[in-house]
Amino acid sequence: MRIGVFVCHCGSNIEGTVDTATVAKASLDFPEVVYATDTMYACSEPGQDGIIQAIKDKNLTGVVVASCTPRMHEPTFRKAVERAGLNRFMFEMANIREHVSWIGRDREANTNKSVDLVRIAVEKLRRDAPLIPSKFSVNKRVMVIGGGVAGIQAALDCADGGLEVVLVERESSIGGKMAKLDKTFPTVDCSSCILGPKMVDVAQHPNITLHAYAEVDSIGGYVGNFQVQVKKRATYVDWELCTGCGACMEKCPSKKNPDAFNEKIGPCTSINIPFPQAIPKKAVIDPTTCRQFVKGKCGVCAKVCPTKAIRYDMTDEIVTEDVGAIVAATGYDLFDISKVTEYGGGRYPDVITGLQYERLLSASGPTGGHIKRPSDGKEPKNVVFIQCVGSRDKSLDRPYCSGFCCMYTAKQTILTKDHIPDSQSYVFYMDIRSPGKMYDEFTRRAMEEYGARYIRGRVAMVYPKGDKMIVRGADTLAGTQVEIEADLVVLAAGAEAAKGAPQLAEKLRISYDKYGFFMESHPKLKPVETNTAGVYLAGSCQGPKDIPQSVGQGSAAAAKVLALFSKDMLESDPQISRVDIKRCVGCGKCIMTCPFKAIKEVEFRGQKKAEVIETVCQGCGICTSTCPQGAIQLSHFTDNQILAEVNALCQS
Amino acid sequence: MSEAIAYYPGCSGLGTSKEYDTSTRAVCAALGLSLVDIPDWSCCGSSPAHTKDHVLSAALAARNLQLVSDMGLKAAATPCPSCLTNLRTANHRCEAAPFKAKVDKLLDDPYAGGVNAVSVLQALTEMVGLDAVKSAVRTPLKGLKVACYYGCIMNRPPELMAFDDCENPMAMDNILAAMGAEVVPFPLKVECCGASYGIPRPDVVAKLSGKLLDVAQSVGADMVAVACPLCQMNLDLRQGQINRAGGTNYRMPVPYFTQLMAVALNIADEDIGFGKLCVDPRPVLSKALAVAD
Ligand SMILES: Cc1cc2nc3c(=O)[nH]c(=O)nc-3n(C[C@H](O)[C@H](O)[C@H](O)COP(=O)(O)OP(=O)(O)OC[C@H]3O[C@@H](n4cnc5c(N)ncnc54)[C@H](O)[C@@H]3O)c2cc1C
Ligand code: SF4
Ligand code: SF4
Repeated sequence: MRIGVFVCHCGSNIEGTVDTATVAKASLDFPEVVYATDTMYACSEPGQDGIIQAIKDKNLTGVVVASCTPRMHEPTFRKAVERAGLNRFMFEMANIREHVSWIGRDREANTNKSVDLVRIAVEKLRRDAPLIPSKFSVNKRVMVIGGGVAGIQAALDCADGGLEVVLVERESSIGGKMAKLDKTFPTVDCSSCILGPKMVDVAQHPNITLHAYAEVDSIGGYVGNFQVQVKKRATYVDWELCTGCGACMEKCPSKKNPDAFNEKIGPCTSINIPFPQAIPKKAVIDPTTCRQFVKGKCGVCAKVCPTKAIRYDMTDEIVTEDVGAIVAATGYDLFDISKVTEYGGGRYPDVITGLQYERLLSASGPTGGHIKRPSDGKEPKNVVFIQCVGSRDKSLDRPYCSGFCCMYTAKQTILTKDHIPDSQSYVFYMDIRSPGKMYDEFTRRAMEEYGARYIRGRVAMVYPKGDKMIVRGADTLAGTQVEIEADLVVLAAGAEAAKGAPQLAEKLRISYDKYGFFMESHPKLKPVETNTAGVYLAGSCQGPKDIPQSVGQGSAAAAKVLALFSKDMLESDPQISRVDIKRCVGCGKCIMTCPFKAIKEVEFRGQKKAEVIETVCQGCGICTSTCPQGAIQLSHFTDNQILAEVNALCQS
Repeated sequence: MSEAIAYYPGCSGLGTSKEYDTSTRAVCAALGLSLVDIPDWSCCGSSPAHTKDHVLSAALAARNLQLVSDMGLKAAATPCPSCLTNLRTANHRCEAAPFKAKVDKLLDDPYAGGVNAVSVLQALTEMVGLDAVKSAVRTPLKGLKVACYYGCIMNRPPELMAFDDCENPMAMDNILAAMGAEVVPFPLKVECCGASYGIPRPDVVAKLSGKLLDVAQSVGADMVAVACPLCQMNLDLRQGQINRAGGTNYRMPVPYFTQLMAVALNIADEDIGFGKLCVDPRPVLSKALAVAD
């Protein structure tokens, strides 16, 4: 082999604390190294050209680049050596930035360590062999999980791009939180008027199949070829027959159940269509309150339904969908305000969440759009808003900012003044975060034109006195304590990961942070990708986002799917395990340990053997360390290669 | 129930709040929780010592904790939240070796550590349990509307006290409800009564304690049950001052929760000690119980 070594300065990143020229010179002593040099920016165009030129001029058959992390530039350099005519696996990288220059300041020690790392890379490279990826076909259908505004946008963009889309929504209608909002900042336009048409588009699009009231049960397969089992929960209504006429709701005698769509501040019937613009507009029976289920007798809805759609004996159903890519858009949930015991949410009826307030403001809400407080139905005059409840609060394990609460609180003060002109709003805030387009202007308008009184400080406690709520807090600008007699207290509850998000992430094999939000592949450069090929993110499942951001991400995820599907065949990664059939004794230990179920048992000349399913194997290498015979080897990371690396290190 | 726990009455337990002490002892005896007196216990280092010198204050507390250890016991119960704070703070501070070394220097017998301090309220909740409390009731407190007032330090700071919710504690509510009383939701249950400001700034106490009585009355309470000798004093003994300062006319009984428990457990009057309170709860109590009959 004829090996070339390129030691990168990375500007002053590496050169500042590593003598790269000395590293290059030392490399010339390693076996089979015929050429070594240092280079300013190996990843730049001249840097790559230099590598290519050297391969040609010096007849190199393998290349080592000592530079930054392979996570950043391994693909870059692999492509470069490929352009020069080598196999892309005849390349090794030594990380002398993150592992050396960034962590130590001693130039001599750093230089020595860099030499060691290059020596290791050379020994590995000497045992590398060309690997050829195989190709497999792509199923150009996409699944979108979650039908909030982000999921709707992703589904519509994919469908408009000609893809077949399967949309899975856990509630009985799509729309997510946005469907519950009254108006939207910063334009104060009607939420359902802008969302409604999009929801109808979903229903009418010939390319979209909607599974509402459904959840993902399990996911198998890999990019291009996922198999997803979707559990369609029993609705007890045959949706083929239901026309959404609502006759059942009118007659259902069980009317006092907390309405989930109205955030439990209004009642609903046991058979229910959540809201007038619901998509699909179909009825669902809640068996925990329905008299037919609880008491065994009623049957009113079955009697009144003109299309005979009621099915009390319905059961959950599993359907399998084959898709090539998945977009997760499962959104967020609200922080449970009853955990902040000093504010009494959950104990006092007139302490409510911002989302409940949206329902009170909404014309389709439980009060017909009249602001009435839950305790006695009176119109409130003094409304106190408390921001950051369950946000930016370490003591509640919610140190992050929920992003949209500053803005929606400002919106709600404006709407309050519109609804009740002689009302006064007070807002307790920590600081106002409104960096979007027209956002700062909006919060100023709330204060200056609508007279909302902003008080900078935390509220210590909220308690009832007579029919008022006393809100006691600090005004940290005036340096005083304040006490306000409120008729209604609205808590800007922070955003949390949607219920069940970590479980779904595990099914999708994507990472999630300690709060349950899904992790993007790179926070800056790959914001909608995940570390699992073919799985993308949209909206606030990844962290709190407002509507414009969620929609933008929905479209971005769709673009990624369309780009992925622009190829008919995908290449599989050849860095996978292979079984040496002569050595394999068929013990099956690898089958048991593989977390991806990538190994199956086969018969070979009457004997049991293991076989790796190429497209499923993720190259994690667990099987190779399990196999008692050493019969499974991970290509590009064989036992020989790793031992050579260790030996090289021990020599120094 | 034969579990034993060391008993630390605190200085006020033998003086200003004798009735808290006697009712506590009687109630625990009736419920089978055996309180063992700590021989030769001394001041816990509360108010005066801890405002002056943390090491001295911790040493006073540690001396008592070590006495408990000498008794072969692992835990001590105290009725007084202020003693409790100081005993727990000492334990917490002594986790740091340099601090503990300073404390041990002041002690004849260095503190070996590992003695937990709990409130009587916590001991009753955790060692006796609500079910046992409930089944011991002889005269249910039916018809009595009680506001439970915990004071501001019984559950705070939460990391240190590690018992019940620090903003909306329920232990006393649950116990008195088990005794048959109607506990009214009392939103100010952890508000400050003014504490020792009663001496330098009686006006502050009149305002803060006045607010407590005001809200207790507005939620329909017949009486305010307390668990702290100082709170009791501010709300009960100073009710006259409060009334004069605010032009109000409260006559709200402020018994210790253990006294109310003692009534429900049919304990002898001399152990209950209602006569020691300024506003006598007996008329309101007997009226409520009679109406319920
Ligand atoms: C009170 C309030 C007012 C607001 N006002 C505004 C405003 O005026 N302007 C603005 O820009 N933003 C506003 N927001 C923010 C706005 O709600 C979000 O930006 C937006 O809803 C995010 O959309 P999404 O699709 O990411 O998530 P969501 O709306 O949460 O949608 C997620 C969807 O996924 C479904 N789902 C969850 N888990 C699963 C699962 N496992 N399987 C299947 N389906 C699942 C859910 O049922 C839901 O339908 C407000 C938020 C609040 C709380
Ligand atoms: S179930 Fe029947 S009655 Fe109810 S909405 Fe559907 S069609 Fe109408
Ligand atoms: S390398 Fe990992 S994924 Fe591949 S077969 Fe082995 S254990 Fe399974």
